[in-house]
Amino acid sequence: MSISELRKLYSENKVKPSEVVRSCLDSISSNDSRIEAFINVIPEDAMKRARHLDLESSGGMPLYGIPIAVKDNICTKGYETTCASKILEGYRPPYNATVVDRLLEAGAVILGKTNMDEFAMGSSTENSAYKITKNPYNTEYAPGGSSGGSAAAVAASMVPVSLGSDTGGSIRQPASLCGVVGLKGTYGRVSRYGLIAFASSLDQIGPITRTVEDSAAVMNVISGWDSRDATTIPDSTGDLTRGIEKGAEGMKIAVPRGYEEMDVAGEIKEILKGTIEKLEAENANVEFVELPDMDASIACYYILANAEASSNLARYDGVKYAFRAESESLEEMYERTRGEGFGDEVKRRVLLGTYVLSAGYYDAYYKKAQQVRAMICSKFESLFSRYDLVMLPTVPGPSFRIGERIDNPIEMYLSDIFTTPANIAGLPAISVPAGFAENGLPLGIQLLAGYAGEAKLLRGAAVLERMYGFNGNKTE
Amino acid sequence: MNENSYETVIGLEVHAQLLTETKLFCSCRPEYGADPNTRVCPVCMGLPGALPVLNKESVTMAIMMGLALECDIAPESVFSRKNYFYPDCPKNYQISMYDKPLCGNGSLKIETDAGERTIGVERIHLEDDSGKMSHETGRGSLVDFNRCGVPLIEIVSRPDIRTGGEAAEYLMRLQQILRYLGICDGNLEEGSMRCDVNISLRRTGSGKLGTKTEIKNLNSFKAVQKGIEFEVERQRSLLERGKRVEQITNLWDQDRGRLVMMRSKEEAHDYRYFPEPDLLPLEVQGEWIEQAREMIPELPIERERRFKNEYGLSSYDCGVLCADKGVADYFEIVAKTTGLAKKSSNWVMREVMGELNNLACAIEDFPVYPENLAKLIKLVQDGTISGSAGREVFEEMIKSGGGPEEIIKRLGLEQISNSIEIESIIEEIISDHPDEVSRYREGKKKLLGFFVGQVMKKSRGKANPKLARDIIIGKLGG
Ligand SMILES: [Zn+2]
Repeated sequence: MSISELRKLYSENKVKPSEVVRSCLDSISSNDSRIEAFINVIPEDAMKRARHLDLESSGGMPLYGIPIAVKDNICTKGYETTCASKILEGYRPPYNATVVDRLLEAGAVILGKTNMDEFAMGSSTENSAYKITKNPYNTEYAPGGSSGGSAAAVAASMVPVSLGSDTGGSIRQPASLCGVVGLKGTYGRVSRYGLIAFASSLDQIGPITRTVEDSAAVMNVISGWDSRDATTIPDSTGDLTRGIEKGAEGMKIAVPRGYEEMDVAGEIKEILKGTIEKLEAENANVEFVELPDMDASIACYYILANAEASSNLARYDGVKYAFRAESESLEEMYERTRGEGFGDEVKRRVLLGTYVLSAGYYDAYYKKAQQVRAMICSKFESLFSRYDLVMLPTVPGPSFRIGERIDNPIEMYLSDIFTTPANIAGLPAISVPAGFAENGLPLGIQLLAGYAGEAKLLRGAAVLERMYGFNGNKTE
Repeated sequence: MNENSYETVIGLEVHAQLLTETKLFCSCRPEYGADPNTRVCPVCMGLPGALPVLNKESVTMAIMMGLALECDIAPESVFSRKNYFYPDCPKNYQISMYDKPLCGNGSLKIETDAGERTIGVERIHLEDDSGKMSHETGRGSLVDFNRCGVPLIEIVSRPDIRTGGEAAEYLMRLQQILRYLGICDGNLEEGSMRCDVNISLRRTGSGKLGTKTEIKNLNSFKAVQKGIEFEVERQRSLLERGKRVEQITNLWDQDRGRLVMMRSKEEAHDYRYFPEPDLLPLEVQGEWIEQAREMIPELPIERERRFKNEYGLSSYDCGVLCADKGVADYFEIVAKTTGLAKKSSNWVMREVMGELNNLACAIEDFPVYPENLAKLIKLVQDGTISGSAGREVFEEMIKSGGGPEEIIKRLGLEQISNSIEIESIIEEIISDHPDEVSRYREGKKKLLGFFVGQVMKKSRGKANPKLARDIIIGKLGG
């Protein structure tokens, strides 16, 4: 079920929120022991809220009775929010993230918190302190990450929609690997208040859905200026669900020159080729261009993200909340709490981040990365002054076997090569399911738009969605 | 070795807590002495996911201080994170301005024994305060996060200060300006104004700075002066013995009046500063600066100058009166109402300030309103009561808070200016003291004072002494 289908059923009074929520909860209880997408499910409270909604009319609530799963790095008042880390085990925030407040106001029902790579660091959801989420298309394969739980929950039809967070591709990459739609808006489009920070200048919350239209509908609800987040931008896009059916005609789309030689799966090249032909057939204007240097982008990303992470994660010290290791002295408490509370990937990144910020290395790494970032931003700016969209793969290939890359961080990091530029430049980007690899696992195609270009982005994504013929009916 | 072979180079870092309605990055209201951890929210506690939003009022206050110290106000300044682990710092980083501060390039004039000197102000920047630790036997270490996120400005001087006395004078001047601006209560004991000092010695005439050491925890003007004097002596004695000065941080032990080493250079932090990604660069437009400028009242130096011209008072008197804005305001009301500047200044400096001291009370809470003091001064001036009765009325006004006329009536202190009444008293005295009368008439004119004294005694101080004097001369001859 997609959001739009559910909305239709509600408006015709054919179904009640409690029935929909019940069926999702049933799906979770029958599927999640296999997929392990959820860290926490809150069936009683979800049913209570659904029954409450049964008595209200859906009027004015754009997500009335829509069940939703929320990534476990988004604060939910009174419900455990752990970032899939031992260090936050048992932590119940005393407040809701702004997006959670907005979802609840819009009538959505939160069913639970989804698994992720610890503190959103990873691309496979294997770095969780609690469980390893499986790809619903083949449980021996990874769902991608870090929003792997959110993507798998939607792909396995446990919920019609979920929220993820995207720092370097953490929404789009798992969406691609799980065959669902994943959207990251312009930096500042969605409030980060209540999103437990990984890298503040890159993080954005976004929806993972079955359809592009659903993605727009959720974005409508969660986006907009927030007095509690100084980096949010005024919402000027209007209703994003309108105009997405305008089609491809007249759109100017840029594709990386020489994509045929890129180190990506053959099926993806085929899909791109076919897409270009179809777009041209629909009177879109496709041109090949030089994209900003992907290698520089990913190096810059790992320096900035880890630098910010080393600082953002400094607050987990055992003094104030959640996990504290037994110890004799303050120094020892810090060391043991962080030593035992954080997993390897988090420690690796905190160390890298600390290193690139430390006196003597700052200029060579952090400052340099900032300069590269400015350069990438200005290249994109000039690119988007000439084109509406950029089209490229989301991920170089389909999913990989669980455990296959976990000991090879560099290989894992490189799977973000096509997704990090959007975060570096703060631009909106979306991954749309584009077909399947030979092994039967999903593949995604990514679109990028210029600053605050969500409307164009969704319109383009709707075109691709129609071309690939998915339209939200994949695994049912 | 010659006393003067070394020159002392001192720089001060002063933290002043701003009197904003709310904290620097959240809407909590700071309150000194509130129950621990009752003035906190997810933002100032640095809870996971919470984000800072800048309080504009604190920026305005910082600009006011910048303008008062003749600083340039940066069109764009940037908050950075200063990373360090400490239990009272809930995020384990402080948000402060690092390489792009809000104000720079200012100066402050101070009076020294050697005349007026100008101390450079390198920068003024905004930052958030940390919490407070207390270590209690039996209860372990406790943290109170109430102070977390309270806005501070840090005022960093250039190393232009040469003596402990100058440092204390500079600090006092800063305190005075902060209070005039109404942006900080300047309370050193409560820590709303804090001072760290950097000290180094160099050979006189040498352009090269010596190794500097730091003193923290100086919470009174006296501590600043004494701490510096101690450290200067310590460094001088090391240098004179051919030893090296190590780069250390000292704490001033108030109780024992000496320095205690806190940490050495090896333990110095690498703060790993980088721009705070949760806040946009702070842009201060011309209009904002103008608004801040309009909020700046007349500052102490200008006011002293004006008092000198307008009221014809001595520099000393002007300095004393203007030291506290409230006192200066009080004086101005009194002086304007009475039109008697010098008399008003005497009353305010002696009686009022003396009582403020005794009562340990702020001028704002002083029970005698300036309007009432002005009335009293006028009543003494026009002879309604004597000067000594005036002081009695003043005492009573402090106790009861009433107006002078009512008190004079109640205590029956009106001066007798009725010549018939005084004449009858004088006649009694003449008949009681025949010897003195004849000696006076023989030329012992000094006895006039004796007769006036007798009149005052008999009238219990109420007789108008001038009138009495005239009548006595009339009766006994000049
Ligand atoms: Zn607060």
